[in-house]
Amino acid sequence: MTRKILQMAVLIGSVTATGWLLADSHKHGESKSLPQVSNAKWAAECSSCHTLYHPGLLPERSWSKIMSGLDRHFGENAGLDPLAQKEIAEFLVANSADHAQNRRSAKIAQSTPAQSTPLRISETPWFVRKHDEVRNDVWKRPKIGSPANCTACHNGADKGDFAEARIKIPR
Amino acid sequence: MNKMTTSSLALLLALAGTNAIAAAPVDVLKDYAATARKENPAFKEFSAQRGEALYQAERTHSKGAKVSCAACHTDNPKNAGQTRAHKQIEPMAPSANPQRLTDAAKIEKWFSRNCQDVLERACSAQEKGDFIAYLLSIK
Repeated sequence: MTRKILQMAVLIGSVTATGWLLADSHKHGESKSLPQVSNAKWAAECSSCHTLYHPGLLPERSWSKIMSGLDRHFGENAGLDPLAQKEIAEFLVANSADHAQNRRSAKIAQSTPAQSTPLRISETPWFVRKHDEVRNDVWKRPKIGSPANCTACHNGADKGDFAEARIKIPR
Repeated sequence: MNKMTTSSLALLLALAGTNAIAAAPVDVLKDYAATARKENPAFKEFSAQRGEALYQAERTHSKGAKVSCAACHTDNPKNAGQTRAHKQIEPMAPSANPQRLTDAAKIEKWFSRNCQDVLERACSAQEKGDFIAYLLSIK
């Protein structure tokens, strides 16, 4: 009986401790998942043509370069009115990989050499390493198409959710 | 409440009012017709047939790729299309997608982007009106 109570106490204790640790790491902004961010103009303008890419997936210098060349955006004209462009650029920079306080962003920022300014998330060393087991023919499946289509496999990508456990690769 | 707050409140209400009333496609067409008359005094009316020809016309972009409206929007505007980044595009025809052609600013934004992408120039008001007339003609 005493032993059961003791076991129970240890169990409760460890669960509580885990909770505390998780809450603590979250408080210090070291959670692994990307933080929830919102900006109405970003959400509307940057999701018309592609996945709504979370600002914490690229460093500041990448977003600045992307936002200063919207009239030639990966071969398309994605020009915005100056007010929207400024607001979205500031939002992206403020929440970029080198400013966001979470482990995933920190890894992206650290793994990207200082002299390189990737314009595609799929060009960051972090992305390449994370997807090294994905074969070329998988990327080309009709329901996927290309690495730009995050939501094909990461259902919550628009909200910054890339949890391994929720990946579903379409056939 | 001071004068400043009152006037900004009035402005806010006025803005909210204009936003709440979505432009009907016919109103947008009227605006394009007025501009088309200015651009070309011989302009008479928009043609759904010319709009369809514009929608389907394939041309070779200066960078070498074959481009057309239909390439992304499919050859039937009642179908959902797909962007080059593999995101779904809701149907262009208002008969299949009632949200289409209800926001004049949005219409202008996409004409200015996509005319450049496909034709490598701006579209005339007549071309825009023809295009809309075609979309409206699809039942």
